[in-house]
Amino acid sequence: MKKTFILTTALTGFAFAANAAEVTVMSWGGAYTKSQVEAYHKPFTASTGITVNSVDSSNPAQPIKAQVEAGNVTVDVADVEFSDAVRLCDEGLLEEIDTSMLPSAPDGTPAADDFIDGALQDCAVANIVWSTVFAYNTANVTGTPTTIADFFDTTKFPGKRGLRKSAKATLEMALMADGVKAADVYAMMDTAEGIDRAFAKLDSIKSDIVWWEAGAQPPQLLADGEVVMSTAYNGRIFNAAIAESQPLEVVWDGQILDFDLFVIPKGAPNKEEAMKFISFSTSTTALAAQASYISYGPARKSSGALVGKYSDGKTDMAPHMPTAAANLGNALVNNFEFWVDHDAELNERFNAWLAS
Amino acid sequence: MALPTYADPLERAWYYTYLAICTLIFFFLIVPIIVVIPLSFNAEPYFTFTQKMLTLDPTGYSTRWYDLLLTFGMNAPEVSRDSSWWADAWNNANWINAAKNSIIIGFFSTILATVLGTIAALGLSKPEMPGRRLIMAILISPMIVPIIITATGLFFFYSSIGISHWTIFGWKIPYLGVVLAHATLGIPFVIITVTATLVGFDHSLTRAAANLGANPRTTFFKIIMPLILPGVISGGLFAFVTSFDEVVVVLFVGGLDEQTIPRQMWNGIREQISPAILSVATILVIISVLLLATIELLRRRGERLRGITPH
Amino acid sequence: MADLTTNVAIDNHLTTADGKPLKAALAAAQARNKRRAFFLVLPLLAFILITFIVPIGQMLMRSIDSPGFILQTDVITKEETPLMVNLGLWFKDNPQGTEPDEAAYTALVSDLIALKKTRAQGQAGTRINYELAGSRSLFTSGARKAAKLKPPYKEAMIKLNKKWENPKLWQVMRSASSRYTGSFYLAAVDRTRDANGDIVRVEENRRVYVNLFVRTLRLSLLITFLTFILAYPVAHLLATLPMRKSNMLMILVLLPFWTSLLVRTTSWMILLQSQGVLNDAMVGLGLLDDANRIQLMYNEFGTVIAMTHILLPFMILPLYSVMRPINPSYVRAARSLGATSWTAFRRIYFPQTVPGIGAGALLVFILSVGYYITPALVGGADGTLISNLIAFHMLSSLNWSLAAALASLLLGGILILYWLYDRLVGIDNLKLG
Repeated sequence: MKKTFILTTALTGFAFAANAAEVTVMSWGGAYTKSQVEAYHKPFTASTGITVNSVDSSNPAQPIKAQVEAGNVTVDVADVEFSDAVRLCDEGLLEEIDTSMLPSAPDGTPAADDFIDGALQDCAVANIVWSTVFAYNTANVTGTPTTIADFFDTTKFPGKRGLRKSAKATLEMALMADGVKAADVYAMMDTAEGIDRAFAKLDSIKSDIVWWEAGAQPPQLLADGEVVMSTAYNGRIFNAAIAESQPLEVVWDGQILDFDLFVIPKGAPNKEEAMKFISFSTSTTALAAQASYISYGPARKSSGALVGKYSDGKTDMAPHMPTAAANLGNALVNNFEFWVDHDAELNERFNAWLAS
Repeated sequence: MALPTYADPLERAWYYTYLAICTLIFFFLIVPIIVVIPLSFNAEPYFTFTQKMLTLDPTGYSTRWYDLLLTFGMNAPEVSRDSSWWADAWNNANWINAAKNSIIIGFFSTILATVLGTIAALGLSKPEMPGRRLIMAILISPMIVPIIITATGLFFFYSSIGISHWTIFGWKIPYLGVVLAHATLGIPFVIITVTATLVGFDHSLTRAAANLGANPRTTFFKIIMPLILPGVISGGLFAFVTSFDEVVVVLFVGGLDEQTIPRQMWNGIREQISPAILSVATILVIISVLLLATIELLRRRGERLRGITPH
Repeated sequence: MADLTTNVAIDNHLTTADGKPLKAALAAAQARNKRRAFFLVLPLLAFILITFIVPIGQMLMRSIDSPGFILQTDVITKEETPLMVNLGLWFKDNPQGTEPDEAAYTALVSDLIALKKTRAQGQAGTRINYELAGSRSLFTSGARKAAKLKPPYKEAMIKLNKKWENPKLWQVMRSASSRYTGSFYLAAVDRTRDANGDIVRVEENRRVYVNLFVRTLRLSLLITFLTFILAYPVAHLLATLPMRKSNMLMILVLLPFWTSLLVRTTSWMILLQSQGVLNDAMVGLGLLDDANRIQLMYNEFGTVIAMTHILLPFMILPLYSVMRPINPSYVRAARSLGATSWTAFRRIYFPQTVPGIGAGALLVFILSVGYYITPALVGGADGTLISNLIAFHMLSSLNWSLAAALASLLLGGILILYWLYDRLVGIDNLKLG
């Protein structure tokens, strides 16, 4: 009897869900999704009446190809990295986005000029600038790591290291730690010797590495003491440190900047609503609002001036932004063209290296 | 193996060593299952025993993680717990929705696997069955083929036939792909348990029934069914547990809204193991104890019915 | 039944009540029974064929069928557009090893222009990129600029990018121009074709799959051996205790068997973490310094210990069912004839348990070769198995053809073992609990 009851409620719930206007947004989970829910989803629903379903993935670019080729697209908007946006667009898996319909800045600057260079693509609109940094747990590290070289120095700072299980960003950091200047990193990586050098540097700490895959893992690994230092998305560390008062500290030296962009998978069921969502969420105010929930830089120049304090009302956001002048000392901008081309090859080599 | 009276001291020593080794192995088997239970009552967000827990201080224990199972995903978890709070939990809490999905998928895939599997087992146990060995091998293969291969194959297959767009009178059938896949995975267990109960089956009973004027339907329901029922039920339970515990196929072919308990656990473990996972684990351990008890009772009943007494 | 047929053989003239010869009537009845049995099995057989065998067969086809370079399928209308038509014709006219001439480059340029029109340059480039890294952008930028090029095209293309004259690129384009290819199987065993089309091993630092197959085999053998070592004494104890006691202890074996795989894996993560229960206990007992906690998880050790625990019941149960009916009087007889207890065990008891060992070992081995979840969660970098790499290519790198090639190699190995199991043990003897 009870079973039938469960069944009918679940089934009717399912049938009704399809009627109201809605849009499904896929993002990276954890603190990042939460900031988007607060800054984009809730105000969007309040102003348009369109419900936003939020789903998470450890990398939203990955399910898109499967969904599109299967003809079973359930996601309307996905939040993806730069090189993935370009690659998916090249393969015809994304809808093209007419960027002329994006709202202009409050002072009338058209969107095309208001967005940072590269933020508008054929199939994608950037919302944030984020970076891969490394962070450490002040309770478990004696001394103060200040450079990316310290991350790879296990004699000076003994203990496990957390790294993302992917070639991207890992190789760049290894080279920078080995003394390559940020400006020369991609030229170096275009040569076989450069790649060998990066792997040799990784070899030096291989036995101390704990690999992570989802963005929510590094703060957890650091807080639990499973690792003493870890690479991480800077906003995740900010949230763990400020909102959850964990003793975590970010080192900006050797940070790697990247865009996150909104894309619409080809054949998305609610394309209209998806477009509305993107233009709403990448407006000057919405982007600035997001920056008060997590420390990622808005992709519009006009939003910068509106960024103020964290949602706790007392922490200044500016110094925590990857784009803050003080943090850009030795920073690298992710070269998406390089990764579009070499992703497969270097991940293959990376897997071979992991397995050896 | 009782120690024989003629054992010399060396043998005696070996015998006790042997018992000690066996005890250690039983420990190895059971400790990893038991350890999650006390830890799920940890008052702190750690996965190890705190000082307070070890000294049995009541403040070291709490049910906060069980509470989190109810509140996680709710619209308004903070309000007082009246009927609307419970309605909110029932409709919105992530774990409750996952449990509903798991039960629906498990229920339908079990029905499918048990019905098809039992009928086939009846055929397979007939001595006249042609190509028995090969067919048996095919029917058992879903248990042997690595789950990643099955999941990959189903992913492409379902895409190519567009199963997610199938409708009946304009109504999209939810969970269809996952239910069919889970039924496939459960079938080997039904076949194995039901054919096992039919091994000791005396076919002269059906002939006797027919002789006495029973039609095939009466024979089936009055003679065969009661005898194989324990096997059918335990096969069905196996099929249900298989579905209830399956994550890879759900990850590959399930829609994003088709969250099940194992899928939610999988995400939770990979991202951050909060002790809430341990409270789910504890509930699942309790469920498996109940299932085990059911299976044991059925086995005894089946043996009694077929006149096999334990030796 | 048997004696009836012999009787009939002796006397052909017996008839049934309605006048048919008895032999024919029996044969008809036999055929009817056969049909009836088969029709009972048919629905399930059809179900398994459709929902299991066909999908896997279809997936395996992907390992040789990879038309990304010559066919574009619209994701919505499913309409197919041929790609690289002119180059395909050139390849057909000129045998392997022909130096690409002006005609070849002219064909290439016209095809690139066509690619741009249908937005297929990314897809075609990806297909080539699987076999020759760095070719993706060659196609995307080539397609972007092709329309502006002026003859002679060979010179113009090479000026655009020197990579266009790479003989290896032409070799890959040639092989990608035929719809069916074996190159993903080559890649799955760390082989590739060089510019002349000969099969060679890939560079040392990119060899991964053979190593991983070897590791999968090695760890599976180790796990099988460990489960055997642990299961044998326990099964023996269970088989020799009185039934009531043995049933009680059997619960300790069956409970893990019935407990969710994810629960058991989670438990092991809790036990093995460096801030976990085992390390804490060792630090607490003073066996270990707090600063030198042992890494028990995210490595081979974690995978082996967790999988040994999870698969142990699959070894205990077949051993138990073989040991239970062994008559203890044989061992007693050996002892009374003067054998030591060790000799009695080795010569009398152990040989009788060999079928159980075979059944358990094969089952554990087959299951562990294809394991995915546990190594993915506790294996880290060096404790992952081949299944994890199949999942990587399915979900992350999206090189589905390579995933299918790896899967079919794994499946082939498992089917051989399965056949062996059926031969040696018999699938009917598979028991659960």
